[in-house]
Amino acid sequence: MSVNMGNVLGLIFANMHDMTVGDLTKNRTMGSVLFGGRYRLIDFPLSNMVNSGITAVGVITKDNYQSLLDHLGSAREWDLARKKGGLYILPPFGNSNASLYTGRIEALNGAMSLIKHSLADYVIMSDCDVVTNMDFRPIVEQHAASGADITVVAHTGQYTNEECRASTILNVDPEGKVQSVLIRPDLSGTCTASLNIFVMKKDFLISLINDSIARGKVSFETDVFQARCNEFSIRAYEYDNYFSKITSIGSYFAANMALLEPENAKKLYLPKRSIYTKVSDNAPAKYDLNCVVKNSLIADGCIIEGEVENSIVFRGVKVGKNAKVKNCILMQGTTVSDGAECSYLITDKNVFVNQKRILTSSPAYPMYVGKDATL
Amino acid sequence: MFNKKECVAMLLAGGQGSRLYALTQTVAKPAVPFGAKYRIIDFPLSNCINSGIDTVGVLTQYQPLVLNEYIGNGQPWDLDRLHGGVHVLSPYEKASGKDWYTGTANAIYQNIPFIERYDPDYVVVLSGDHIYKMDYNKMLDFHKAKNAAATIAVLDVPKEEASRFGIMITDADDNIIDFEEKPKNPRSTLASMGIYIFDWKKLKQYLIANEEDANASKDFGKNIIPDMREAGEKLVAYRFDGYWKDVGTIDSLWEANMDLINPNIPIDLYDPAWKIYSRNPILPPQSIGKNAEVQNSMVTEGCYIDGSVEFSIISEGVTIEEGAVIYDSILMPGAHIKKGAKVEYAIVGEDTVIGENAQIGARPETIEDKDTWGVAVVGNKLNISDGATVAPKAIIYEDM
Repeated sequence: MSVNMGNVLGLIFANMHDMTVGDLTKNRTMGSVLFGGRYRLIDFPLSNMVNSGITAVGVITKDNYQSLLDHLGSAREWDLARKKGGLYILPPFGNSNASLYTGRIEALNGAMSLIKHSLADYVIMSDCDVVTNMDFRPIVEQHAASGADITVVAHTGQYTNEECRASTILNVDPEGKVQSVLIRPDLSGTCTASLNIFVMKKDFLISLINDSIARGKVSFETDVFQARCNEFSIRAYEYDNYFSKITSIGSYFAANMALLEPENAKKLYLPKRSIYTKVSDNAPAKYDLNCVVKNSLIADGCIIEGEVENSIVFRGVKVGKNAKVKNCILMQGTTVSDGAECSYLITDKNVFVNQKRILTSSPAYPMYVGKDATL
Repeated sequence: MFNKKECVAMLLAGGQGSRLYALTQTVAKPAVPFGAKYRIIDFPLSNCINSGIDTVGVLTQYQPLVLNEYIGNGQPWDLDRLHGGVHVLSPYEKASGKDWYTGTANAIYQNIPFIERYDPDYVVVLSGDHIYKMDYNKMLDFHKAKNAAATIAVLDVPKEEASRFGIMITDADDNIIDFEEKPKNPRSTLASMGIYIFDWKKLKQYLIANEEDANASKDFGKNIIPDMREAGEKLVAYRFDGYWKDVGTIDSLWEANMDLINPNIPIDLYDPAWKIYSRNPILPPQSIGKNAEVQNSMVTEGCYIDGSVEFSIISEGVTIEEGAVIYDSILMPGAHIKKGAKVEYAIVGEDTVIGENAQIGARPETIEDKDTWGVAVVGNKLNISDGATVAPKAIIYEDM
């Protein structure tokens, strides 16, 4: 069934899963966590929506959102600075319904006026924890054709116990109908895990929110998805393309490093479905006479004089002479001074590593260094 | 309703750039890629906005499509304004007939109505083929302090190079008393940079008079400036001492690119207070492979490098496969260098594919007859087959 994607409202939850990545969200939302050398996590769902033909997107946020607002600006970079539709930022206390929410239902209630006044027939909701290049069109089409109340995007594969304990696991019958829902279960092996992307008819969503609020139910996952699984028709959309799900600092590190493999990068950065982000007008990266760079992603504005290997280097990073950077994620504006050595380090923005400092951590638990720190 | 603007800039971007022909068959010279992520016109446009000039007319008539699309509404340079901003001004049909721009002065003459809308006191005339960072506002202050009718920016060049430029002869107070175009025996070393500030009322008067003279060549250097001097107007030279380079030829385009990676050349693209803006490509960070060696080079977004790169400028979306070697070269956006190919002292055009083990250009030290050596150029959107050889100094327009 063909659906006009201009008839779909996008909703992005910028703060969901803030707790999972520890200090990375100390001063920012999950959506504004830096990723892949020049992106923030929200760039992925937002670009996917825009590339799927969605022209109206609401971003629901809760706290710590200064970096998110700064990043999104007028949303021109995502082509969402529009007269008709465009980007709506929905902070708490934006209206009398929008209190500081604790669950997804309350958050949706805060966004009720946008949902109600939207001319869209369908709503697609996404969090910022999945890094992928996803076409939403077939998902909405499957939803419309199947007549389901809720369609959830899921992936069937091998999951470790740690991953299961950070996921919603679905029991899906051969027809694609979700029979039961397990939230953060103590499992491992072959499972179908939710990617926290849902499609619903707008009217269904509105009545679901009103109904849940009236009953004091605030959690979409436990109070609706799990508790009312058999009451509603919930269908899974099996997603098989390349993706990384970020559920911890470890998986954040791994998701970044996975992009060093050109095959993975090719599946994420599709030529006709670009991932958009804020432009910062940096000069090209400069490689000095004696630098050695291998197996790394380097962003514009970097000046590399030392060695960089197996690392993700964000915009405007400086690596000094004889400095060695191995298996690191260096965020925007990090300086590694002459002769310093870093390995298995995640440095947040504007970290300064002094000359000849040696900082080593282990692959099992990469060390995180907070924003603006001097080492 | 237009607010008054004290100063309007007019950027002459009409040039076909015939000496860069392999690279300008379908784009105007100001739109030629430069310095990995820029195009030549980014420099004067960024200078304008950084100097506080927010109204710019870009005069163009040769292959305007790419330039038009590139400039768009001017947003990348912060030149999308309610009043002013950047406007691409192509020749158009009028009630009195239709005219191409017949010279630099004629191009401005035809756009007198555009300039008048802003009621400016001063007009800056710039050209679209120079690489430099300059605060036009300081030049304007100088122009005002001197109470000049026209101010011409000049660069003190080495005596042996002076005969390549238009030379200004000045008195002790920097008043221009004479000038000569590419003189054999230069009487001064002050070269015109092609940057002028005029008192608008005066300039308008000279433009109209020049237009009425059927024999005039409608050119700033040949007519307007000499006419003003003959009439006794006050012309002054403004001395600029930063980096400035004309990129009108293959050699100077190559040299100016190489200057960016020469630590002894004073052009800093990393100064946050004077950024050079450009329309950014939407591409992921550059990916440097396991077999790559990259040294003393500039590389920008969307590149994949698994070969060796030294002393080179690598533009967006370039692929350099394993075993390919790039020395002292410029790869324009989207170029693809296949396995084992060697590119030395060359410019490879946009979206051109260099086949496996091909040899493009050569190092000067490997050539006995120095007259046969030069920078090799492979034009845009070409396919060079596996194992092919492009001689140094060759300019390639077709697949081979």
